[in-house]
Amino acid sequence: MAEQLYGVLAEFESPEDLLAATRQAREAGYRDLDAFTPFPVEGLDRVLRLPRATVSFVGLGGAIAGAGAALFMQFYVNYDYPLNVGGRPIYAISAFAVVTFELTILFSALAMLVAMLWQNGLPRLNYPVFGARRFHRASRDRFFLCVNAQDALFDERDTRAFLTEAGALSVELIPR
Amino acid sequence: MSEPSDILPTRQSMGGIADQLTGIPLHFPAERRWLIAMLFASALLLLLLVSAVELFTRGVGIWGINIPVNWAFAIHNYVWWLGIGHAGTLISALLLLTGSEWRNSLNRFAETMTLFAVICAGIYPILHLGRPWYVYWMFPYPATMGVWPQFRSPLEWDIWAVMTYLTVSLAFWYTGLIPDLAAARDRATRRGWQIFFGITALGWRGSARHWLRWSQAYRLMAGLAVPLVVSVHSEVSLLFAAGQIPGWHSTIFPPYFVLGAAFSGFAVVSIIAVALRSWFGLQNLVTDDHLDLLGKVLLATGLMTAYGYVFEVFDALYSGEDHELQTLADRFAGAYAWTYWGAVIFNFIPLQALWWRVVRRTGWTLLLVSVSVAIGMWLERYMILVTSLYRDFLVSSWSHFTPSFWDWSTYFGTIGLFLVPFLIAIRLIPMISIFESKELLHEEKEEQHG
Repeated sequence: MAEQLYGVLAEFESPEDLLAATRQAREAGYRDLDAFTPFPVEGLDRVLRLPRATVSFVGLGGAIAGAGAALFMQFYVNYDYPLNVGGRPIYAISAFAVVTFELTILFSALAMLVAMLWQNGLPRLNYPVFGARRFHRASRDRFFLCVNAQDALFDERDTRAFLTEAGALSVELIPR
Repeated sequence: MSEPSDILPTRQSMGGIADQLTGIPLHFPAERRWLIAMLFASALLLLLLVSAVELFTRGVGIWGINIPVNWAFAIHNYVWWLGIGHAGTLISALLLLTGSEWRNSLNRFAETMTLFAVICAGIYPILHLGRPWYVYWMFPYPATMGVWPQFRSPLEWDIWAVMTYLTVSLAFWYTGLIPDLAAARDRATRRGWQIFFGITALGWRGSARHWLRWSQAYRLMAGLAVPLVVSVHSEVSLLFAAGQIPGWHSTIFPPYFVLGAAFSGFAVVSIIAVALRSWFGLQNLVTDDHLDLLGKVLLATGLMTAYGYVFEVFDALYSGEDHELQTLADRFAGAYAWTYWGAVIFNFIPLQALWWRVVRRTGWTLLLVSVSVAIGMWLERYMILVTSLYRDFLVSSWSHFTPSFWDWSTYFGTIGLFLVPFLIAIRLIPMISIFESKELLHEEKEEQHG
């Protein structure tokens, strides 16, 4: 076959079928797998052995950066333009609390949004699986398992047969 | 610990939900009603534009404000709108974190409501500046005059609080929207819709890897949004409590304001829920059970707000301070007693009907109670502002406040500013979270089958 393949896409009826098939595929030795579902399926990440998400650490970094930026800004502004109001302290930490808190949250939330998109490789408007004939149902009510062509065990005929065996409603080849 | 709850009828299929909800933007079912509503909303928005132009050319003197009542409508409506916004975040964020699945049918339009209510709130401080084109002075930028904004002033906190709240709400809303935009993209048949949803969905494909990171980001953003809501409205109440005006100088203010905000916000969420479900025939997703729960939340937040009223009276009496007592007397029987008693009546009398199950579960009765609460909370903000200011410490500075035509026109105009983008949003995006509804439906079916 001259055409380069991206992988094989199998369609399943329910999350349970998908989880069972994924488990079988893992046991059969397939490693380079991905699943496409209309909503987050509980336990799928464990079956696929996905690494833990690290968005939270980025969020923590954002929070620290936000707090630091806010405090620096407020201290600097009052240092550069000291205004004596009734003898009140120039560096009034309690008065800085609100803005510091707001910017902590702001930086943290935006950092997580950007990190989530960045790590997911979004935006990426086209992707090989979009070429699959039945893939539009992945956002409706079907659950897909994709065995990538990069997988060591991947063999066009065997993998197709394996996925049909595992109970797939349809199995489709995805060109790269 | 969770009782078997069938909040969504399990007869429906996942595909059916996706088709029904994406169908609303893709094949809009209520063209005429939408156009009529849009016409009405645009007229109000036009009124706001006229009022703003008039304000910018002639100055804030066109409003009824004067010494000593120099805040009135501008801040009153700011607090009112901001309060309405809060329920959206609480519904989506707090209920997400506590795992209340009934939020799924409500969170999307509640968040949308938040966004536009916060915009309405945000324009008020800008309008009341007098010279609104200098609003950028609030930001720390290296001015040639060497003047920096004053971060020790509560008024400076405002701009940071509102901007943060708006930005974080927008980020949270969009994050939750991405999977549904992808669902709409996959259903779209017309080229224009395919391009619109294709770009806004950012190429989302529901990969397990994507969902994993997405879920973490979404939950943590919700976790950040909850204290943010509390902080923003506490900050608003600190603006009051940091002043020494009698009637404002009370420790109950932050929780009292936050709860009052949630109260009015849940009322508006109920109004929108009832309207949308009858408008688009969404009874299968926004069920009577949802209205029931909304009614209960409304009742609970209402009673907590009522506690705030009681505590305010207690606070004044316990302080024994002459001016506090005078303000209390003014609220009960002064020139603006109608706002106090109006607030009490509109907020708490129809509310008691919600003790009955049938009232909570019937759309139009819940709607009536909610409208009454929205009016009551508006009167409450008026009462807090004006009854405190019109008679402060010196008899020589006592004076009255009467809203002028432009006060009213600006206020009604902001309702247009809220409705126009909200109606456009109804037209463009799925108004109920598709993937979360499917997730819940799946869980319910699983529970049934054991």
